[in-house]
Amino acid sequence: MTEAIEAVELEKTFGATVRALDKVSFSVTAGTVFGLLGPNGAGKTTAVRILTTILVPDGGSARVLGHDVVHQAAQVRASIGLAGQYATVDENLTGRENLHMVSRLNHMSRASSAARATELLELFHLSDAGDRPLKTYSGGMRRRLDVAAALVARPAVLFLDEPTSGLDPQSRIDLWEMVEELVAVGTTVLLTTQYLEEADRLAQRIAVVDVGHIIAEGSPAELKAAMGATVLDVGMADSAAAAGVAALLAGMGAKAPAVVGNNVELPVDDGARAAMEALRLLDQHGVVPSHFSLREPSLDDVFLALTGRTTESDGDLAAGTAPEAQGGRGGRRRRRGTPSQATTGERT
Amino acid sequence: MTADSAVLAPELRAAPASEDSSLAWLVSDVLTITKRNLIAFTRVPEFLFFNSVQPIMFVLLFRYVFGGAIAISGPLGMYLKHHYVNYLMPGIFVQTVGFGAVSTSIGLAEDLQKGLIERFRALPMARSAVLAGRTMADFVRNIFVFVLMVAVGYAVGFRVQTNVGGFLAGAALVLAFAFTLSWGFAAIGLSAPNSETAQVMSFPILFPLIFASPAFVPVQDMPGWLQAFATRQPFGPVVEATRALMFGGPTATYVEQAVAWCGGLLVVLVPLAVWRYRRAGRSG
Repeated sequence: MTEAIEAVELEKTFGATVRALDKVSFSVTAGTVFGLLGPNGAGKTTAVRILTTILVPDGGSARVLGHDVVHQAAQVRASIGLAGQYATVDENLTGRENLHMVSRLNHMSRASSAARATELLELFHLSDAGDRPLKTYSGGMRRRLDVAAALVARPAVLFLDEPTSGLDPQSRIDLWEMVEELVAVGTTVLLTTQYLEEADRLAQRIAVVDVGHIIAEGSPAELKAAMGATVLDVGMADSAAAAGVAALLAGMGAKAPAVVGNNVELPVDDGARAAMEALRLLDQHGVVPSHFSLREPSLDDVFLALTGRTTESDGDLAAGTAPEAQGGRGGRRRRRGTPSQATTGERT
Repeated sequence: MTADSAVLAPELRAAPASEDSSLAWLVSDVLTITKRNLIAFTRVPEFLFFNSVQPIMFVLLFRYVFGGAIAISGPLGMYLKHHYVNYLMPGIFVQTVGFGAVSTSIGLAEDLQKGLIERFRALPMARSAVLAGRTMADFVRNIFVFVLMVAVGYAVGFRVQTNVGGFLAGAALVLAFAFTLSWGFAAIGLSAPNSETAQVMSFPILFPLIFASPAFVPVQDMPGWLQAFATRQPFGPVVEATRALMFGGPTATYVEQAVAWCGGLLVVLVPLAVWRYRRAGRSG
């Protein structure tokens, strides 16, 4: 199998202490989707910016289609497409003018630029809006145009940096289908995301990133096996009651239940069976939970399973992470289940 | 293959073009970015409108509010036939392109802020085209604004006292100076964290340069230390040379100084802007 992207011990430090990437290595097989999964500030965007030649790494090396991203940057740029977490398109231009501009800057002829703009507008269902300035576009339309702009030069390797953060559910599904079609015709995709669901659906391999380190790598099945397919979530009135329930449910799953706030979270393999057993146990002990549910594991659950902490905790670091990198980034938000809220940008 | 997959299919492209055609592509890239910026001007007509209103208000302010109280003394008064408006307008031309240069810094700061420059960096385009395309577009905007200011000047009584050649030479000098300033303000825009800051960073630099100059009043009436500054900073010779070219008087020294300032500043400001462009947005 050919490797379309190879990153070897990439290092990048911002300022004096913010270690965005600390010897990060991974490789992406041609024609597959590779997911970099992690919370804000994990270093995902920094990795993408290095691989797309925007940033120069402090240490390590990387190759895209065999071209070194530092020394053969021109060759790399000629074969990649990038769609950022901000729709980086010119809002004063129309959709067609944006695509035409990016085509021309990719050194395509006038005629093929115009033809390419037309076919991409059609494919992304933007034909009707194609001659309106982007100021009039909705967020979802802008994001579609951004992805279209990344595809003008028919890149063999496509970088999608949090392509669906802030998108409505339908736009998200449309984008996922587009990525699947791209991969079906042979494109290699590097995707960064905060959503386990997205990485699970699209990626053949996932690397979980945290404060500049890859803390786990594997197929979605392997990662999910490590934490259980479903999460049983029991809410109580206070944390003391939650701790009591955790003790009650301790023997049920392969892993110990975790108390998060007033909630008890337990990864289980067979959700329905576990729910029945848990309800029986609670009933026997006269415990009435304020909330009881089964849900898909979220990024938080992955982190909990891998590091023993959730993405929001800033103290109590697991071994192997870089404590000094913690200082600069507060504001990690807790995310669970399906992504619904717009995310704030991660630029470090 | 479905129609969709034909549109999406990747294509391995040949290595980048040879040296010969890269010059052609550099020109093409600069023109593409220039065109993009010019289109943006037309999409935000309010920007162009208010950009023109301010210099017009300056003309009216100095022509009708302050003008009556400003006496042009010395040998120049004779050439100007005592019409302050003739003294004023060359100063206004230079002032207009001076304040107009702020929009170069705002434009680049905005591109940086919105992530467009990030996208450009990942494209196989010429690195310098983003800057050159911006300064080119601002050059075109300056031609438009200059023509407008000449028309406004004529409406309030300004008349060229020399000849067409002198007027065109003066116009060329003003526009060359405008292009030079654009590169300096490009560097400022690329150093600012956002467009609002780019704007407020620009004014404290421009204000003393424009007003402590012979743009509105003769330097002879300023205190000695200020005279020394007013005649030794780039706006001084550029204003005096434009005035001399359009209204007569000894031109050679001023024109030489003004051209030297433009050339010298370009040699410094272009690499400075390129350096800021390479560094911009890379610290996080």
